[in-house]
Amino acid sequence: MLKKENKTDVIVVGAGPAGIACAVTIARAGRNVVLIERGMFPGAKNMFGGAIYTNSVKDIFPNFESDAPLERRNIEHNFAILGESDSTTITYRKNDNTSYSVIRGKFDRWMAEEARKAGVYVVTETVVRKVIKEGKRVVGVSTELEDYYADIVILADGVNSLLAHQIGLRKDIETKDVALSVKEVIKLDKDTINQRFGLKDDEGAIVEIFGGSMLGMLGLGFLYTNNDSVTIGLGITLNELVENNYKPFEILEKLKQHPSISHLIEGGTLKEYSAHLIPEGGYKKVPKLVDNGVMIVGDAAMLVNNLHWEGTNLAIVSGKLAGQTAVESLNTGDYSKKFLKKYEKDIKESFVMKDLHTYRNLMDIAHQRKKAFFSYYFKKINAFFDMFTSVDGTPKKENYHKFIKSIFTDRKLTELFKDAWAIIRLLWSILI
Amino acid sequence: MKIDKNLYTLKYTPDTDSHLHPKNEDCRMCEGRPCTFICPAEVYEWNEEKQELIVNFENCLECGACRIACEKKSLGWEYPKGTKGVTFKNG
Repeated sequence: MLKKENKTDVIVVGAGPAGIACAVTIARAGRNVVLIERGMFPGAKNMFGGAIYTNSVKDIFPNFESDAPLERRNIEHNFAILGESDSTTITYRKNDNTSYSVIRGKFDRWMAEEARKAGVYVVTETVVRKVIKEGKRVVGVSTELEDYYADIVILADGVNSLLAHQIGLRKDIETKDVALSVKEVIKLDKDTINQRFGLKDDEGAIVEIFGGSMLGMLGLGFLYTNNDSVTIGLGITLNELVENNYKPFEILEKLKQHPSISHLIEGGTLKEYSAHLIPEGGYKKVPKLVDNGVMIVGDAAMLVNNLHWEGTNLAIVSGKLAGQTAVESLNTGDYSKKFLKKYEKDIKESFVMKDLHTYRNLMDIAHQRKKAFFSYYFKKINAFFDMFTSVDGTPKKENYHKFIKSIFTDRKLTELFKDAWAIIRLLWSILI
Repeated sequence: MKIDKNLYTLKYTPDTDSHLHPKNEDCRMCEGRPCTFICPAEVYEWNEEKQELIVNFENCLECGACRIACEKKSLGWEYPKGTKGVTFKNG
């Protein structure tokens, strides 16, 4: 039988965006919820690229744009394709509020404080070591100090989710299903940042970086502007590092020295270095999301749309949907897998699983064709602009002919056909 | 490149016991020893003389990459105690 002491309605493990959104949804419905975080404060163990999305955060915290510790409102997206020493960049600029750069140590802490005000009981510096089961049903968790019991347990314990693995909901992760991300937050004064990126006041810019020190590897770089610092980092699929004997921070160091990047961070001092894993397996690697008395949300459920740099929004929506199902489950007194499957159904009907489904074939194709799409074509794009901008007395027609010829001499015709076929297959699976 | 200067920027509350437990008999047989280069904090070093893995667990960033990369899938990996480990202020 369940112990009466240390018994609550719901336990949520992990105070990231998914766990907080989940806990606050339950507390607002008048239920008791305990949110357990292993860090010194919520956000202390969390790291990401840099932007949260207004749409999803506002849904949970309507006041966040005026009250939360935000860094900058992103008005510019740059897509920088780096060759060995040159680059081609596309800039999209629009003065809106789709996303904000934030520092997780401040932002997650703020969200958790809002959750606390809404009635969530937040416990920090506590590691959940085990999920307690009674028969086939999850009934609580074991921390280092004591056991806590609940009608429902929600696992928001992040990309490594040892707990979901423990109860058999998640299989072992393979190295190709995660990216290792390393980043540096570099201190620069506000005016310098505004000048370098063409910004004013609290406007922010994002640079998505392709190629450069990551040429030929399945990896992407990123740069975000904060109030008085710039975040630069990258994420590389773990199997690339393992197979090639690469050190992640050496690839980042080399990226920082690329002539198209170095001037953006020049003169800054390193404020903090960090690392984290990103779930990159996509749709095919999403685990079973529910079992008797338990649900999985956020990174623990591998909910990341890597092509669009989205993660925290998927986390928040999954947390909210699981929270809503938890409330209904508490109202009926039915905590069975069958009842909790409502969360699985809701998430399938939301953009979260729809988007992951849209890109279900992306990672397989990216792994197969990475040498082409992460090296050859990046170099060719730069070679085209090199040719187009060159002024060396060569007649233009000769330049064009030489460039077109190089496409067919630098890469086998069969490979070019395979590339085209891969693109067609990918587009077909995305659009149809 | 030495990673030490990067790690100096972090706040650590080290434990006295390691939360990382390699199985040295497996490490001796391991061909690639990926943990010795993929780790973003260079926690692992191979000691050729002693034929064992040196684990600088107090530098760990708790990312979990070594657990997944371990060829023998035998690295015992758990989170440090609640009051211990790394704290990111600017994550």
